[in-house]
Amino acid sequence: MIYAILRRFGQMLFVMFGISVIVFLIFFATPGADPAARIAGRNASPEVLAAVRHSFGFDQPLYVQYVRMMEKIFVTGDLTSFVNRGWKVVPAVMDSIPVTLSLVFGAAILWVVVSIVIGIVAAATRDSWLDKLLMALGLLGISMPVYWLGEVMNLITQSRYHDSWAFSWVPPLGYKNFSDDPKGWFLTLVIPWITLAILYIGIYGRVLRAAIIESMQEDYIRTARAKGLSETRILFRHALRTSLIAFVTLFGLDFGALVGGSALLTEVVFGLHGIGKLTYDALQNLDLPMIMATVMYASMFVVVANAVVDFVYILLDPRLRTS
Amino acid sequence: MILSVRDLKVSFRTHDGLVRAIDGVSFDLEESEILGVVGESGSGKTVSLLAVMGLITDPNATIEGSIRYKGRELVGLPPRELRRLRGNEIAMIFQDPMTALTPVYTIGWQIAEQIRAHRGVSKSKAMERVEQLLAEVNFPNPHEAMSRYPHQLSGGMRQRAVIAMALSCDPTLLVADEPTTALDVTVQAGILDLVRKLRATHKSAVVFITHDMGVVSELADRVMVMYAGRVVERGTRTDLFSDPRHPYTRALLGSIPPLTGQKPRRLPAIPGSPPSLLRLPQGCAFGPRCPVRYEPCETAKPDLGAGAHAAACFRVAQAWANR
Repeated sequence: MIYAILRRFGQMLFVMFGISVIVFLIFFATPGADPAARIAGRNASPEVLAAVRHSFGFDQPLYVQYVRMMEKIFVTGDLTSFVNRGWKVVPAVMDSIPVTLSLVFGAAILWVVVSIVIGIVAAATRDSWLDKLLMALGLLGISMPVYWLGEVMNLITQSRYHDSWAFSWVPPLGYKNFSDDPKGWFLTLVIPWITLAILYIGIYGRVLRAAIIESMQEDYIRTARAKGLSETRILFRHALRTSLIAFVTLFGLDFGALVGGSALLTEVVFGLHGIGKLTYDALQNLDLPMIMATVMYASMFVVVANAVVDFVYILLDPRLRTS
Repeated sequence: MILSVRDLKVSFRTHDGLVRAIDGVSFDLEESEILGVVGESGSGKTVSLLAVMGLITDPNATIEGSIRYKGRELVGLPPRELRRLRGNEIAMIFQDPMTALTPVYTIGWQIAEQIRAHRGVSKSKAMERVEQLLAEVNFPNPHEAMSRYPHQLSGGMRQRAVIAMALSCDPTLLVADEPTTALDVTVQAGILDLVRKLRATHKSAVVFITHDMGVVSELADRVMVMYAGRVVERGTRTDLFSDPRHPYTRALLGSIPPLTGQKPRRLPAIPGSPPSLLRLPQGCAFGPRCPVRYEPCETAKPDLGAGAHAAACFRVAQAWANR
């Protein structure tokens, strides 16, 4: 067991190393991405360019630059942005993490709970009007892009109906620290949570419904019926558990990606300065240190989420337990 | 009389039209009797017994006729009432032990679940009973086997576990749907011994579905031969093996290679294949494959008639009339 965990950890480190090398090389191989030219500004003289190259270390071999950058991210933590040399990259990432985590965790709890309920109800009432209604609503949720839905949400809750009793509680856009103001933290995030969750509720509800219906065709469900168990017990005890495997796979991938910065659109629409926004701005400016730090952070979450998914598989399905 | 089935008809609505899987099947079962039901795939053996169990869940199926268990009509019985019988008084053993058990729970848990569904006993009491049952079906180490998952057991062991589960509430009627088909020959013999022994100790009546005449000759008290959804011959085991009347029964017996004497160069096979249930011939369903068919077979379906040993064949009826 300990050996398996260590091996898994080693794999994670290897994956992250590979990602960092690839990102680093892409950055230097991108045409027109000469970082010195960018830093020196337009129409810089060759002397200025050379000076910038030297002072940022671009005249050194690539592997030296790579190692120094990694050292500055993981050991000393004093890597600075290429765009603004007074801006330290690691603290900037650290400051964005709680924003993104708050957004994604809350939305994830919401979408997991609601989609499990929807999936079970739809599967249990298969082909009824309720099933059809839920699946149609799910499809509607999938079809609404976050940037559109988010703006509509803002339009309703921030301006159009903000003065009505229903939405007067909605605070202005922005993020409040949980430690400073827990109530404000919660209230500012309610609308972003709902917006982000709606898409995933649709997808997850449909996936779970399909998985449950598939499990209900299995021979062991017939055995369970022959045992004289109630349909409710068959559904919850015998069909649901195997159905959750597909659900967990999807969740691991989506959750890792969202925490790693895919919640960008939601963050932008609701004025939350999270990882997605930070990564997006860094890419816009071709700010290598910031890109490197955010990508390392994101890859770490994706890799960890995958490891957690594997662990949950083992909990759900004893066939995957090897002695 | 434990079970009395009269004129049972099961049909399924499909895209290609109505499929009559069972067309007027009648049979009786006495206490602690073993009835062998023989026929090819698609002859309706399994469907007729699934109907008895109330396990036909297909919404496109219609079940007509009468199934009386201890004098009580099962057709049209509310699901809750039926559930109380299933697994408790009427138990079933399935064909494929590989898929008949839920993969994510231990053997012990799954058997105890059935006991607790029908008897208000504590978990530890149920587990004691499980251990006793597993010992009864010849598990070498019953206590240890309880904590095994299905995938950790061999096919034969899984089938023993399924049998232990079926016996857990001392059923008066046991339906065994080809329990030996998926197993090795040596394992088969063990399972047959077990069924015989359990009939003696538990006094259960057994309906044993099989396509293996050898199994029938070893086990059954009475035999019912099915073809295309109808019973073509019934009688005691001795009747059937020493005096087979229906051409289909004779053909089935003829295709067993003799153990002694000269071996035939080619094993006799029944020419043709079973008819599609969608396009049954107007007359006798076996007619097109029958070596002794004549005019009446083309136009009408022969009746089985009364009598302990009876065959649904115009030739047989004619032979008896001429006697």
